[in-house]
Amino acid sequence: MKLKTLLTSVALAAGLATGAAADGHEKTKVGFVYVGPIGDGGWTYEHHQGLLAVEEEFGDQVETVYVESVPEGADAERVMTQMALEGADLIFTTSFGYMDPTINVAAKFPDVKFEHATGFKRADNVSTYSARFYEGRAVQGHIAGRMTESNIIGYIASFPIPEVVRGINSAYIHASRVNPDVEFKIIWVYTWFDPAKEAEAANVLIEQGADIVLQHTDSTAPQAAAQAAGGVYTFGQASDMAEFGPEPRISSIIDNWAPYYIERTQAVIDGTWVSEDTFDGIDTGMVEIGEISDVVPADVKAEALALIESMRTGEYHPFTGPLNKQDGSAWLAEGEVIGVGDLLGMNFYVEGVSGEIPQ
Amino acid sequence: MDLSAINPVLLLASLMVAATPILLAAIGELVVERAGVLNLGVEGMMITGAVCGFVVAVNTGSPWLGFLGAAIGGALLSVLFGVLTQYLLSNQVATGLALTLFGLGVSSLIGQGYIGIKGPEFPDWHIPLLGDIPIIGPIVFQHDPMVYVGLLICLGVWAFLKYSRLGLVLRAVGENHDAAHALGYKVIRIRMAAIMFGGACAGLGGAYLSLVRVPQWTEGMTAGAGWIALAIVVFASWRPGRLLLGAYLFGGVTVLQLNLQAAGLAIPVEYLSMSPYLATIVVLVIMSAGRAPGSLGRIFHASR
Repeated sequence: MKLKTLLTSVALAAGLATGAAADGHEKTKVGFVYVGPIGDGGWTYEHHQGLLAVEEEFGDQVETVYVESVPEGADAERVMTQMALEGADLIFTTSFGYMDPTINVAAKFPDVKFEHATGFKRADNVSTYSARFYEGRAVQGHIAGRMTESNIIGYIASFPIPEVVRGINSAYIHASRVNPDVEFKIIWVYTWFDPAKEAEAANVLIEQGADIVLQHTDSTAPQAAAQAAGGVYTFGQASDMAEFGPEPRISSIIDNWAPYYIERTQAVIDGTWVSEDTFDGIDTGMVEIGEISDVVPADVKAEALALIESMRTGEYHPFTGPLNKQDGSAWLAEGEVIGVGDLLGMNFYVEGVSGEIPQ
Repeated sequence: MDLSAINPVLLLASLMVAATPILLAAIGELVVERAGVLNLGVEGMMITGAVCGFVVAVNTGSPWLGFLGAAIGGALLSVLFGVLTQYLLSNQVATGLALTLFGLGVSSLIGQGYIGIKGPEFPDWHIPLLGDIPIIGPIVFQHDPMVYVGLLICLGVWAFLKYSRLGLVLRAVGENHDAAHALGYKVIRIRMAAIMFGGACAGLGGAYLSLVRVPQWTEGMTAGAGWIALAIVVFASWRPGRLLLGAYLFGGVTVLQLNLQAAGLAIPVEYLSMSPYLATIVVLVIMSAGRAPGSLGRIFHASR
């Protein structure tokens, strides 16, 4: 990876030199910081597809650079600083844990634009963007609730942050709505990417009776574990993971970052970039639902498609009352839609989910 | 909380599976360190083994050939380390760290075309008679063959170090390489052999992840298992028996904490997550009475 970075920067330096000489102005340089390897088949893979789309769209106008498997913490700050020093104009930092490092480095480089994925801290040169994954989770919950026979749904959770909690709640609400007996077993693995640990967690959930496993981690290991166990259904996470279809993978949430990355790169080129917060879902296509496989009965599939359509048109919000919090206290009244504060900072389970969120 | 959801038989059975990759990598590193060489590149050799094993297994359709390929791949990478440290006298710590980085990079290069591909089946062995014993059978005697290969290697290393003449020579080289050299033993040749054995074992451990436990190829899939193996060697005070205990303890508590979480135990998840590390360290530190091999990490040159 070191070598890759080195070669990229050397190639880049050469490119910049010739480019500047040829047409008198520099290329726009776009950097990406990834939390996992681009070959994870999930989260980072899709971000990298976004990078490739930017290259495709702008060709010689842009220069891209990326660093994979950057730990969330001091290392991230070092990598971002290096990118900024190498002349990046726009840097996408693609994991929640990069939030503070992004803000810190952005303060040192006011002329460089930063875009932080899934966070909530902004600055004049830091935008945030995220996708309404919970819309996809609603679809998964619905299908899972209808498909489970053991009424036990396993959930591999990564870190106790609002985005993950939203996913659990949304999936549970829609599973229990079609199947009141459904029970969620949740395992926190405290990692975004560790195939062995993810496989282990999936196996444990399956051993404890789960016949549907949802994951909020990045690798395809839980899919492989479900396949080996047999009779267990899963959903692709972040990427389609179609190679595990039609079974165990019966549908998926696909993060489509490409249009957003192209739009923001264009804004930097045009000089119209401003700090803002983007939170898009099924409506704009940032969240896509992968093909629902034929293993799913036609009526369930039709219901799921109707649910997707109602979210696309905006007539339905996954967090619509009546809903209670886990302790039974009233939260959303009949027909009431969740407020922005609760949505972004969600740190509680809804009624019916057992266990506690690690604090 | 519903502890009845945990099946103790399945729990103990998955313990052996969870411990195997770490056990394999650690037993190899133990031999290397007993020969006086500190190879911090275990992670790099593991991941290289994981990809080599997967590539060979997919192309030949045989997981056994895959494991063989993994052992060769790991050993080849370790030869690089051996040449640098034993013949060119480079710093072992720095070279080992570089080996890890190199291994991660080279494995993702080799594995480019293998992401998302399914490997060949590697079925569990149902050992006749023994496997039919109630409770004990499913726990101990119904695993895939590599679990037993790992145990056999561990047993072999123990017997080799304790009873064989060559084992004694290897320990002598590790304790005091100058003295061993003075006695006429080929220090560098013995160390190279130990390094290659360590590389082959680490490769097997990595392939166990990519062929059995996960089973698929994903970049960076060892995710730190090599470092755990290194730590277990130290905490086991360089003894095979304790190393086995440490690896099983780590694997066992890892599986147990996942089970407890899924069963909804009312212990904060943070404590459960750290429990494998804590339990392993505490037990092995309490037991530890050993010391490091005398020449561990020191550079040997016959002229000095």
